Amino acid sequence: MLPRESVSVPGFATQVLRIAAKDLRIEWKSREILLTMGYLAVVIVLAFAFAFVTVGGERLSPSVTSGILWVSVFFSGTVALSRTFDRERDGEAIRALLLTPIARSAIYLGKLLGVVVLMASVEVIVVPLTAMFFSAELGSHLLWTALILVLGNFGYAAVGVVFSAALLRSKSRDVLLSALLFPLVLPVLIAGARATSLLLDPKSADLGSAVFWTQFLGISGGIFVVLGLWAFEPVLSGD
Amino acid sequence: MSLQLQAVCKNYGRHRALSRITTEFPAGRISVVLGPNGAGKSTLMGILSTLVAPTTGTVLWQGQPLVAGTPMRAQIGYVGHEPGLYPDLGARANLTLFASLYGQQLAPAALAESLKSVGLAEDLEGRLELPVRAFSRGMQQRLALARALLHNPALLLFDEPSAALDPTGASWLAGHLQRSREAGRTVIVITHDLGLAATIADRILLLRRGRLAMDRTLDAPMSEAELRTLYEEALRVAA
Repeated sequence: MLPRESVSVPGFATQVLRIAAKDLRIEWKSREILLTMGYLAVVIVLAFAFAFVTVGGERLSPSVTSGILWVSVFFSGTVALSRTFDRERDGEAIRALLLTPIARSAIYLGKLLGVVVLMASVEVIVVPLTAMFFSAELGSHLLWTALILVLGNFGYAAVGVVFSAALLRSKSRDVLLSALLFPLVLPVLIAGARATSLLLDPKSADLGSAVFWTQFLGISGGIFVVLGLWAFEPVLSGD
Repeated sequence: MSLQLQAVCKNYGRHRALSRITTEFPAGRISVVLGPNGAGKSTLMGILSTLVAPTTGTVLWQGQPLVAGTPMRAQIGYVGHEPGLYPDLGARANLTLFASLYGQQLAPAALAESLKSVGLAEDLEGRLELPVRAFSRGMQQRLALARALLHNPALLLFDEPSAALDPTGASWLAGHLQRSREAGRTVIVITHDLGLAATIADRILLLRRGRLAMDRTLDAPMSEAELRTLYEEALRVAA
């Protein structure tokens, strides 16, 4: 059979979905990352629940409760980010992947999507748990809260995937990832925690401010994704 | 479908990894690149595979400047000393994934044909879903070759392909490389294995400290001992 001159490369959206599906499929086989993320997030919520135990069932302020939720989401998200390129490093699959004709940006967005799905899966457990332990009224604006969390996931993972790729061959990547990532994603943490805390108090919910912080989260997430798309290829090639 | 290098240099900071490499890798020939550690072989492989950009100089593919990107990568098949597969996925899932990234649907018949072409059809009967990490190194390497050939590439690159193979596996690999040559592919092999090089080489290139110390077309097959003598002599002259 003569070598062929060209191949028909799948469309961009298909490329993204195939990368994300591949990551989720590998994760589904072991559920190692998901279980570790879930365990860490639950432990963080429990630790705060015991630390802030109150006599007579007094409720914590919404800003503290939303802070606890976002801290657990961010720290558990680090587990997903630090492992997202392990699959490529094992067996040097990264080189084979980079030599396929798919776009580097599709690899980035596929990885990003995979991490966001994992973070969202953990939030399905952590949000009700936080609501239960801290008597938070998360149910009153459930869809809005979900939107805030998903936007926060995108902003956080958009930066994290780039750093995870940059630290692909670093031995101390777990430590470095947290040290480099957290200062940069502070705007996402602040906006996410502020927006959530405003929704947590149904009696005096400042919905105008909540809209502002949601928009801020969306715009900062969008900026981080664009910067991630721009930085991913040079970071990955290391050239 | 030849690949030409014209005065290619590659610097990493102040370190010059490759210095004015000018040569041609013709189609239907196996070109073997030899050289001691640190000679620049991996950098050369990076440039040939489009993953590393030369600092200066030109790389031509079919007479046209080689542009790193989708069309060129679709013509490259790469096998390294690591298999370049996802160890947690099975043989079927790995090949189906990579085929899909080249825009192909891998039907059961095509999968069977692909495995047969690398001598794995019997070994993997009923084991297609087993994680690749459970396979022997030799089987992983055969599967890596099946992955590299999925899209019927015109340019085949091998980086230390026999590093983890036993003598039987190395002999099988030599046979497969010769079949690739007969199919009209441009085959480039980087190796330390002089036995393999003597068996397959149509051309021998020797790199030393980033320079081309020898570039010789072989008119007749050479024994390993003869090649070793030639190799040591060329290194001595270059020094």
